[in-house]
Formats: sequence, C-alpha cells, structure tokens
Amino acid sequence: MTHLPYILASYGLAGSLAVILSVGAALRLKRDRLKLASLEAARGRAQSGTQGGQRA
Amino acid sequence: MNGRTLSATPTLTERAGALFHRYANPGRFLRLGDRIQPWLTWSAVIITLIGLGWGLFFSPADWQQGDSVRIMYVHVPCAWLSSSGYFALAVCSVLSLVWKHPLADLAAVEIGPVGACVTATCLATGSLWGKPMWGTWWVWDARLTSVLVLFFLYLGHIALIHAFDDQQRGYRAAAILALAGAVDLPIIKFSVQWWNTLHQPASITLTGAPTMSQTMLWPLLISTLGFTLGFTAIVVARLRAGVMESRIRSLLSSPRRAVSGEASA
Repeated sequence: MTHLPYILASYGLAGSLAVILSVGAALRLKRDRLKLASLEAARGRAQSGTQGGQRA
Repeated sequence: MNGRTLSATPTLTERAGALFHRYANPGRFLRLGDRIQPWLTWSAVIITLIGLGWGLFFSPADWQQGDSVRIMYVHVPCAWLSSSGYFALAVCSVLSLVWKHPLADLAAVEIGPVGACVTATCLATGSLWGKPMWGTWWVWDARLTSVLVLFFLYLGHIALIHAFDDQQRGYRAAAILALAGAVDLPIIKFSVQWWNTLHQPASITLTGAPTMSQTMLWPLLISTLGFTLGFTAIVVARLRAGVMESRIRSLLSSPRRAVSGEASA
C-alpha cells in the first residue's frame, strides 16, 4: 500500500471537484429561481395594477 | 403538381432543424429539466458510489501495478468525459452555427467550464498514476500532450465566449473554435496507436474483447456510467440556471415589454 497517498489524492480530487461543481450549480439554481420568482411576481402585480387602472 | 409535392416534402436538414427547434424552447427545457434533474442526480450519486466503492475495496490489485491501478476508476471516466464533453460542445456549435439554436449557445457556455474541470482532473489523476508507475509526473507523450491541448481548447472556448461585448459574436467565435478543435479528438483516441507512447493502449475497444479482467472491467464501467450521469446532471442544472438568468436579463432589460406580457424568453 505504498501507493495509498496517490490513490487517496486521486479520489479526493475527483470527489472535491464533484462536490464543488454540484454545490455551485445547486446554489446558482436556487438564487436564480428566487430572483425569477420575485421578478415574475412584480410583473404580475404590475399587470393586475394596469388592468385595474384600465377598468377604473 | 409534381413541383408542389417536391417542395412540400421536407429535406433531412429541415426535419432535423424542426426537431431541434421543437426542443429549443427554453420553457419546455426548464419543465423537462425540473422533472429529470432529481433522477439524474440521485442515480449519478448511487452508481458512482457503487462503482468507486467496488473499485477501491473489492476489485483485485493488478499483478504488475499493485494497488495504484485503483486510480483507473477515477482517471478513465474523467478521460472519457473530457473527450465526450468536447464532442458535445462541438455538436452544440453545429446546432448554433447552422440552426441558430438558442439553447445550444447556452449549453456550450455551461459545458465548457465543467469539461475543463474534468479534463484538469484527468490530467492530475494521470500524473498521480504516472508518478508511482513511470517514476515521473509528466512526459511529453502524444496522449498526454493531446489531452493538454484539449484542456487549452476548453479554456480558449471559455475565454472567447466572454471576449466580446456583443454576446452573439462571442458565441459564434467560440463555436468556430470548438469545431476546429474537434480535430484533437481523433488525435487523442489514436495517439497510442499512431505513436510509440509511454501511455498504455486502449484496454476497451468497440471491435475487440476487453484486455482486462472482468473483476476490474465491471467497476470501471459502473463508475464511468456514474461519472457520465453526474456530468450530465451538473450540466443540466447549470443550463437550467443559464436559461433562468437569460429570462431574468430579458425581464430586467425590458420591464415595459415584460409587463405587457410580450417577453417570451
């Protein structure tokens, strides 16, 4: 098992890369979903306000 | 009559274009991505853990290389993904240049960094395998050098996309680079046959029986499948985020158009 450090380094490197990429993608998705939802909610409010104004 | 029949029959290119445009709709992609993301992610996690666990703890050591052969279960999937990721990038480039597929440009933007990271891991794990086996971290061998060129092609693609103020020009330039760089893929594949290299030849080919024991082949195939699913899951997640960001940009840049319900991104 003299090669153990090389094996551990390889698996550690691949595991770290997988964690970094997937956590990064998950956080980016979460942030974008929240931002899009808030923008679409604001757009919905603006639309209903415009329709209300037109009816009045 | 005859002329009308001929003009009504779509050509293969038109049919392919219609098919790609059908799935080019970002809204449709977001709905599809929402459904497949958990399946992709969890199957990738489970299959990769099975493959790597099998390779690390249950597969036998090699008679010549000893335990360092276990690096293969990480290195080979990364090598496979670095080439197939670039192939996907080249396909996206064709879709972008020929059919102006909007999702293809976003996919190319998201595949590039993931492919570059996987290629860097392939080179690093190759070095970690080479040191105990060859006695050196690096040699200017044809296989290693062509994979290093692939890594630089990925970096060039990422840099080129962001090098222009006009995003469309960046996409176009990067697509041309990706297509030109695809010539490196057969060089990587056949480098061990064309030149006398220190790197070992392929153990798994489409035409012949594998030259490795079944007890090593199965964990290798399983970890390769797991890595491929993981790569796909990460790219799909990033692409979904990319589509949402493009929708956010369109909402922010044209609030009046968005309010009137015309924004269609």
